[in-house]
Amino acid sequence: MAKDPYTVLGVSRDASADEIRKAYRKLAKENHPDLKPGDQAAEKRFLAAQAANDIVGNKDKRARFDRGEIDAEGNERVEQASYRHYAEAGADHPYNSTDGYADMGGMFSDLFGRARSGGQTVRMRGGDVRYTFDVDFLDAAGGTKSRITMPDGKALDLAIPAGTRDGQVLRLKGKGAPGLGGGPSGDALVTVNVRPHSLFRRQGNDIHIDLPIALHEAVLGAKVRVPTIDGPVSMNIPKGSNTGARLRLKGKGVPAGKAGRGDQHVTLKVMLPDDPDPELVKFLEEWSQKHGYDPKLDIEA
Amino acid sequence: MREVEVLKILSGVRRVELRRWVEHGWVLPERRHGELWFREIDIARLRLVREIRRDMAIAEDGVPTVLSLMDQVYGLRKELRRLAEAVDAQPGQVKKAIADHMSAR
Repeated sequence: MAKDPYTVLGVSRDASADEIRKAYRKLAKENHPDLKPGDQAAEKRFLAAQAANDIVGNKDKRARFDRGEIDAEGNERVEQASYRHYAEAGADHPYNSTDGYADMGGMFSDLFGRARSGGQTVRMRGGDVRYTFDVDFLDAAGGTKSRITMPDGKALDLAIPAGTRDGQVLRLKGKGAPGLGGGPSGDALVTVNVRPHSLFRRQGNDIHIDLPIALHEAVLGAKVRVPTIDGPVSMNIPKGSNTGARLRLKGKGVPAGKAGRGDQHVTLKVMLPDDPDPELVKFLEEWSQKHGYDPKLDIEA
Repeated sequence: MREVEVLKILSGVRRVELRRWVEHGWVLPERRHGELWFREIDIARLRLVREIRRDMAIAEDGVPTVLSLMDQVYGLRKELRRLAEAVDAQPGQVKKAIADHMSAR
């Protein structure tokens, strides 16, 4: 006894073909017997939806149904056994999958390991496997090679390209889960966590550092050694450089492939000696009498 | 069943499509006299693939995942059924001990 196909699909009699297709797909997804094994009510709803769609989902049949030429059952439908009927039948078949028991332990892995079907099996690509890998700041900036041990004990050689960013994902083709039945392996996706550095900070492809300098270097200018990710370089500090002044070392940033390299920005920080000596104190007392200045004036309204 | 006959009963499935599904390994027909030979389960699986693609509008890329999950579920259900049968064949005391263990959480 088939019900009115429009009622089954929950659409009005003047629904567009698109509305009918959507309604049918929704029902099919919700009730497909292979997605709801053993749920007989769902299976009935699925078959009813399929029967309804066979009629109103087809322009000619829908017109004939609307004209009353065919009933809700349409043409004679051959009863079709669902795939599950075969898949769960006693006989062994090539689609039988007993993957995923190995970790269930004890009896299950023994029993089902033996039950695995021989011969031809489904050939499918293996899944992707995700890992995270911590790397030092300088190794990520300059590039490095590393060997990581995966949970299954296998070693994986990982090349971290120069300029790798924190959170970047490296794809290692074919290093994921093995395929089924001789299918290709999936990929290993390695998320790189870059450990922060005490001196260097990265912004895009530029490196920023704070450089402490002495009072006399700031006032008189100096040539100083500055650490970069490639090792120290010398840099000129111009006369009268203040705290907060920013100097640029071109091309001393992070390698960025074809885009060349970023720059290193050096922010100066003038430091007094740890314990100002009496000579300095005495000098400044006299100096401030004649040359006193008040930089706070700039920030007062 | 031969390919031509399969195509006749699987309305809406074109020959190139069928061949591709076989090539992807989604369906594994036998080979007889240099020709594809589809068993009943293969035909049921072809219908399933057609429903996954058409009725559920799942893209080709998603089909292996869906099939693999289904295969695992059916494999599991089959083994569970065998296990249930094995339990059923045990003496009452054993069955009760198992039932008690299952209901204790």
